[in-house]
Amino acid sequence: MKRFTAYSLRVVLYLFLVAPLLLFVAYAFSTRWFFPQPFPVEWTMTTFQRALNDSRTLSSMAQGLWIASLVSILSLLLALPAARVLGLRKFRGRQLAWLLLFLPTVIPPLAIGMGLNILFLRIGLAGTIAGVVLVHIIPTLPYTIFTLSSSFARFDENYEFQALALGASPRQIFLKVTLRMMTPSLVVATLFAFLISWSQYLLTLLIGGGQIITLPILLFSAASGGNPSTIAILSLLFVAPPVLVIAFTARQLNQHGNEIREQY
Amino acid sequence: MALPPMRDKFIFSPWISLAPALTIIMVLLGASLFYAVAESVGYINAIGQTQVSFDAYRATLDPSSEFWTSLGFSLWVSIASTAASSAIALALAVWLSERSGNMDTLALNWNLAFPHLVWSVALLLFLSQSGLFARWAASFGLISTTADFPVLVRDRFGIGIILSYIGKEVPFLAITILSVLRSQSVGYDVVAENLGANRWQRLRYVTIPQVLPALLAGSLLVFGFIFSSYEVPALLGVGYPRALPSLALRFFLDPDLRARSEGMVISLIITLIVLVVAVVSLRMGERKE
Repeated sequence: MKRFTAYSLRVVLYLFLVAPLLLFVAYAFSTRWFFPQPFPVEWTMTTFQRALNDSRTLSSMAQGLWIASLVSILSLLLALPAARVLGLRKFRGRQLAWLLLFLPTVIPPLAIGMGLNILFLRIGLAGTIAGVVLVHIIPTLPYTIFTLSSSFARFDENYEFQALALGASPRQIFLKVTLRMMTPSLVVATLFAFLISWSQYLLTLLIGGGQIITLPILLFSAASGGNPSTIAILSLLFVAPPVLVIAFTARQLNQHGNEIREQY
Repeated sequence: MALPPMRDKFIFSPWISLAPALTIIMVLLGASLFYAVAESVGYINAIGQTQVSFDAYRATLDPSSEFWTSLGFSLWVSIASTAASSAIALALAVWLSERSGNMDTLALNWNLAFPHLVWSVALLLFLSQSGLFARWAASFGLISTTADFPVLVRDRFGIGIILSYIGKEVPFLAITILSVLRSQSVGYDVVAENLGANRWQRLRYVTIPQVLPALLAGSLLVFGFIFSSYEVPALLGVGYPRALPSLALRFFLDPDLRARSEGMVISLIITLIVLVVAVVSLRMGERKE
């Protein structure tokens, strides 16, 4: 009996976790599913194909991918030197640096976006890819730095000195020793910077000003009054990259997951 | 880990490495704060208004203003979601910790794949009056028309919003608690059991004190996040009463640029509350170590 309770509780938990995906699939690939039919009766691919051929959907995905790629590369470049000294050095003001870098994780995106709106309008960054990339870096950078610095904290610099002693050039040391040893956390940090940017709604809305349309913006407006099939298809397209990334990085997640998940 | 001082001399100041990241964060946050404060006191250059006044603060804090309704609504939603999530997460984590298996942690992480926006959309498709559950209720003969189904999303009490947050935050908090429970090397629980403590006593005097600091710090983080986020209440809420972030954004997007000042005042108040909560949460996290 006890084992049965445990078993059914676990089934409930797992069902709860996959239910959204099943629901989206049911709505996305069915047609003429009228109230009160409990399950779809007619399955079809046409709605999905039509959505995929829709230029608005496609361009929003392309724009989102492009922005998220730029954001993750830039966050990585900015985070790498900072994470290195935070992970490896003890210096006066280290605590202060941590605190300042921690700020963007608590200050609401609402306040950041509203505050920057007029400035970006004035300097011509509002409604541009560059402007949106710049504000997306605010939420991604702290997480990239946290992930990389916790990995640098376990990094042994003596490998670099060893390579130096053996006559390697600084470039060779960086590429063949440092980067090589940091690869797993670099991958995790990049992927999560990508995801945070990919799913950003409010900052894109406030800085993109209706000219930069990404998938979350389309999904939000569809959800405020569109038909269920469209909503489900957009949701599926929206969660496809995260689902792939989570499946891909499942192992590393046990280490870094909770640092990232709150913002996400 | 302290490094020999000599080695540090070879390497230039850490602040040079920190400069790019710190500059970008500080410039953007600083500019955002500066403009928010300037606009909240009515200094909006775009419409040639350069007179500083505290009218927006007075209007916002006026006893008859919608601000108070929204503050109450936001507090209700945030406190209810946080409390329910913490309780469920605690039960779930304790239950899971008594069983082995990394599978469960992986399963909980799966939840990460669904941003709050998508999770709310799913809830909308499940719980609306023509949603999946309404269809099931109808086919069991429990209701006959869509209007018979209870209003669970876009309702006046924020039930949909609370449910949405519970669904997202329970896995988050459960993983936080689980990692504390699994990191205990000594089986205090077993010791207590050998000393004759029953199941309830073990939970009350051993497990809960162990996880309480982490749980409280996590809950405060969750509270701050919920209190300041826009998407979920905008999607699953109603026009009145509306959450504080929705109210701020409505003022902000008002065609009348003077309304922006009130939006900024509300946004600054939200930020202030969230910052205070974050500081308390940070203190609690420190005490743990």
